[in-house]
Amino acid sequence: MTTRTSAIEATGLRVSYGGREVVAGVDLTVPAGTVYALLGPNGAGKTTTVRTLSTLLPADAGAARVAGYDVRREADRVRASIGVTGQFSAVDEVLTGRENLRMMADLGHLGRQRARTAVGRLLERFGLTDAADRRAATYSGGQKRRLDLAMTLVSGPRLIFLDEPTTGLDPRSRRGLWDLVRKLVAEDGTTVFLTTQYLEEADRLADRIGVLDGGRLVAEGTAAELKRLAPGGHIELRAAGRAQLAELARRLPGAAPDPAALTVTLPHDGSVGALRRLLDSVDDGAVTGLTVHTPDLDDVFLALTGRLAATGTPSQEAPV
Amino acid sequence: MSTAAHPVRDAATMLRRNLRHMARYPSMTVMLVGQPLLFLLLFVYVFGGTLGAGLPGVPAGDRSAYLTFVTPAILTMTVASVSIGTAVLVATDLSGGIIDRFRTLPIAKSSVLTGHVLGAMIQTALALAVVLGAAFLLGLRSAAPLERWLGLAGLLALLSLALTWFTVALGLASPNPETASNLPMVFVLLPFVGSGFVPVASLPAGLRWFAGHQPFTPVMDTLRGLLAGSPSGPDALRAVGWCAVIGGCGYLWARHLYRTRPVR
Repeated sequence: MTTRTSAIEATGLRVSYGGREVVAGVDLTVPAGTVYALLGPNGAGKTTTVRTLSTLLPADAGAARVAGYDVRREADRVRASIGVTGQFSAVDEVLTGRENLRMMADLGHLGRQRARTAVGRLLERFGLTDAADRRAATYSGGQKRRLDLAMTLVSGPRLIFLDEPTTGLDPRSRRGLWDLVRKLVAEDGTTVFLTTQYLEEADRLADRIGVLDGGRLVAEGTAAELKRLAPGGHIELRAAGRAQLAELARRLPGAAPDPAALTVTLPHDGSVGALRRLLDSVDDGAVTGLTVHTPDLDDVFLALTGRLAATGTPSQEAPV
Repeated sequence: MSTAAHPVRDAATMLRRNLRHMARYPSMTVMLVGQPLLFLLLFVYVFGGTLGAGLPGVPAGDRSAYLTFVTPAILTMTVASVSIGTAVLVATDLSGGIIDRFRTLPIAKSSVLTGHVLGAMIQTALALAVVLGAAFLLGLRSAAPLERWLGLAGLLALLSLALTWFTVALGLASPNPETASNLPMVFVLLPFVGSGFVPVASLPAGLRWFAGHQPFTPVMDTLRGLLAGSPSGPDALRAVGWCAVIGGCGYLWARHLYRTRPVR
C-alpha cells in the first residue's frame, strides 16, 4: 500500500442511496500534494463520492483509504486528517466570522494561544479581517464561501474536500477562491479533492480530472488530455433570414441548421486559420452573428458518452 | 492534532455556541417563557375563582388555593415550552450544512447534541426562576424546608434533561424547523389531561384512566407534594421512572438520528 504518497486510494467503491446505486464502482488514486477534480453533471454521484470519502456515508462495497487510514474502520483518524467544505454553506450565520473560526479552533483542541494566532492568520489570508466581527448572516456569497473554507482549514488538515466550491458565486468571487485554493496547494502542500460542474474550474485548478457519469468514471486525465477528446468545440452562425440559412447550410460542410433559431452549428478545430477561411466564405449580409464555443463540459461529455450533460454549463463565448 | 475524544470540552464549546444563539435571539426566549407566564395569569385570574371552588374544601372565589394547585402544572409546562426552542435549534442545524461539518470533525459524537441539551437546561432554569418568581408575586406561599426545595429543583432538572433529549430527537426527525416547533407542543398540552389543572377524580372515566397513567401526572403530583409539604414516595418514584424512560429513549433515538440522518 502506497499510503505515504497517496492521499486518497479507492478501489471498487459502490454506494447506494435511496435504493439507487449512485456510485457504481469507482477507482481513484490521488497523490499527496496534488489537486484532483471530479467533474460531472448533477446526479453523477460527485457529492456521494465526497460524502463517502469524508466518512459521512458508508460504502456498500469496495475500500477507501484516506490520508492512509481506512475510511470505515479508522473513521476518527480520517476525520482528524481532513477538512470538508460541503456543497451547502456550513457557517453559523448567528455567529461572527471570528467566532465561527474560534469555534472550529476549540473543536480542533488547538489551545488558546495557537487558536488566536490561527484565527487571525486565516482572517487575513481570506480577506475577512474587516468583516471579522460582523455576523456571518450579513456576509456576501463570496465572503461566506471564504469563511466556509477558512473554517475547514483552522486545524491545518493535510487533505481537504471541496464539494462544488464555486457554485452560485459571481465570476470575481470564483476567481478569488481559485487563487486561494492554488495558494493552499503551493504554499502548504495541501492535497485538494474537489468536485465541479465546470470544465474551466477543473482546468484552472486540477492536476488530474476524473469525469463522472452515472456513478462511473468515464474518463480520467489532465485537462489537456480531456480536451483532446472533444477537439475544438463548435462555431455557431446566426443567419439573417430563412433564405440565407438555407444557403449557409448548403454551402458549409458539416453545418447543422436550426430553422427555429435561424442558426447553423459547425464543428471547429479551434484554429484561427479555419475561422478565417469560414469568415471569407460567407457574405457580409447573410450572417448577423457568430459565436465561437471552446470545448466545455458539454463537448467533453458529448464526446465521451454520446449525449449532452444535463446541466447548463457556461461556455466561453466570443460574440462578434 | 489529537484524535482522543474530549467530550466535556467539545460539549462546552457547543454550549458556548448555543448560549450565543439564545443571547442573540432574545425574542425566542421571551416567547418560550412568556407562554407559561400567560397561562399562569390566565388560570389564576380568569379561571382561578371558579376552578378553585371545585377543589375539595375550598370556598368559592379563593384564588390563592388554586394558585397553589396550578403552580406545579405551570412549572412543568415551562420545562416543556423551553424544549420547543431546542427542537427548533437542532432542526435548523440539520437544514444547513453545519451539521455535516461537525460530523466530519474528530470530536465526541454526542457533544453537539449535549451542547444543545445543556443550553436548554440553563434556559429552563432561568425560565423557571421567572415563572416561580411571578407565582410568588401573585401570592404563592410555601412552608417547604430547604431540602424539599432542593428536591423540587432536582426533579425539574431531571424533567428538563429528559424532555430536552427527547425534543432533540424530535428536532432531528423533523423535516424542517417549522415541524420541529409543532411536534413538542404535545408536551405543553399534556399537563391539561393530567392532574395539572383539575383534580384527576373530576375527569370522566376514560380521561381519568389516561390522566392516571400519563408521565406528567406523577411529576406534577410530586412537585405539588414538595410545595405543600406532603410529598408521596410512590409518586416521586414513578416521576423519576418516567423521566428515565423519556430521557433514555430520547438520548438513544437522538444519537441514532445524529449519526444517520442526512442533511435536508
